[in-house]
Amino acid sequence: MQYIELLYIVSTVLLIVGLRKLSSPSTARNGNVIAALGMGSAILVSIFSPMANDQGNLLYIFGAIAVGSVIGMVYSKKVEMTGIPELVSVFNGFGGACAVSIAILEAYKFDASSTIGLMGTTYMALFIGGVAFTGSLIAYGKLAGKVKDWKSGISSYFNLVWLALCLGLIVYQVANPSAYEYLPIIILVVSLIYGLSFVWPIGGADMPVVISLLNALTGIAAALAGMVYGNMVMLLGGVLVGSSGAILTILMCQAMNRSLINVVVGGFGASATSVAADQGDIKETTANDTAIMMRYAQNVMVIPGYGMAVAQAQKACKELDKSLTSRGVNVNYAIHPVAGRMPGHMNVLLAEADVPYNKLIDLDDANSMLSDTDVCLVVGANDVVNPSALDDPGSPIYGMPVLEILNAKNVIVLKRGMSKGYSGIENPLFFHDKTKMLFGDAKDTIETLNNEVKVMD
Amino acid sequence: MFEILDYLKDHVLMINLLIITIYLGFEIISKVPTVLHTPLMSGSNAISGIVIIGAIILVRQADSSDYLTLVLGAVGIVLGTINVVGGHAVTNRMLEMFKKK
Repeated sequence: MQYIELLYIVSTVLLIVGLRKLSSPSTARNGNVIAALGMGSAILVSIFSPMANDQGNLLYIFGAIAVGSVIGMVYSKKVEMTGIPELVSVFNGFGGACAVSIAILEAYKFDASSTIGLMGTTYMALFIGGVAFTGSLIAYGKLAGKVKDWKSGISSYFNLVWLALCLGLIVYQVANPSAYEYLPIIILVVSLIYGLSFVWPIGGADMPVVISLLNALTGIAAALAGMVYGNMVMLLGGVLVGSSGAILTILMCQAMNRSLINVVVGGFGASATSVAADQGDIKETTANDTAIMMRYAQNVMVIPGYGMAVAQAQKACKELDKSLTSRGVNVNYAIHPVAGRMPGHMNVLLAEADVPYNKLIDLDDANSMLSDTDVCLVVGANDVVNPSALDDPGSPIYGMPVLEILNAKNVIVLKRGMSKGYSGIENPLFFHDKTKMLFGDAKDTIETLNNEVKVMD
Repeated sequence: MFEILDYLKDHVLMINLLIITIYLGFEIISKVPTVLHTPLMSGSNAISGIVIIGAIILVRQADSSDYLTLVLGAVGIVLGTINVVGGHAVTNRMLEMFKKK
């Protein structure tokens, strides 16, 4: 019956193949299913493979799996598409918490025969899992708007000291395993606090990078736990997530033209300095004028942002697109890599509204099309169209690639009010000569625009 | 110090595998389009729930009167399962939307 463990190898292969397929658009769905099969088979093997000192306890195991499955299914079905980044973050936190619960129980099983390597690995799993857990919860709170950014000049020093304290305690505990009975608990508490203080100061637009980083950390915690148990599928699955998460984090940083150190240490937006008050006047326009402008335009470019998603305006936008297209107007959508709350999030939101895939233009192509664009319709986007990134070296987003919509002939910004964007940075676009503001709820405004376009024939 | 070296020596095979897998992870993801970043993050997040296996092994080996391990282990399994099941389900929901033409 030892052969049953060979199935672990099959599971590992399924996980690798699944992840590979997840990273290509045409095979991604299959990839997710294959990875899920790998997970399922690995879990079954871990339940039924023969094991020394097996006490059974199957009731606990199946009970817990049933409870977890129901909760996971319910929340993944219930979540709005706009809420997915938050949910991913919470799920990731739970993975970290799972690593913590194992590591703390293992830590109290150590005796004189435990090796330094084993103890060190366990405490590192405890530490990294703890950071991933509380860090993810803070990330969730920030994305959901429940936790405000907190930043002070000393927070990065505090974090360094606290990190050193964590690692110092771990080294001390491994060197003197039986010195203090409660030290593992203290290490746990210190790790949990580090997770909070590490993520708390990181501001708005950097959250996707942080979530990806925390995801990589959970993978590493899983891999370390795998070393503790000498379990290959845990080790390899964890490492796979850790290393792919790390590279994904770097890719995201590149999309924003920022370094990882900059993201983790330097705040982004939370301490945004306000630009000079003299910004010029804003110009308001009416739905009627905008509709006429679009109806007789050759090329219209829609710039969707998170504001569109929260207003649930994607479907209305698709209808307006249909009306304009049937009247000979070219309508496309310019998608900034970090539009929405996560990279690629906007594509998911528009796909939900059935906007054809070939109308979604990515940053570089969109920028080359913008000089031929008659009307640029900015729907609830803010930071991704901020011209400060191009010409204001003092701006916190200077250097980040943005949609250069001022190259278009006309810019119409749909916005509820003059509030700042998610990252809290002032946007001079709104005061620019070419820009006209159309205030109101994005969904209502777009529906009005559509009606105006229709009655023009 | 020697104990650490001994530990590494005893786990040479594992360390080999570790290095290869790290490299594999980098290679698999290095050319992924931005469109897929969110689903990929969510999918790999579900895979990190593999840590649940540790909790299962722990509960299987726990004495039936060791309620601390049984309960904390079961809590670990619940949390890990939410990560695995929820993660794959939500990834599937996202990817379903790409399918429609």
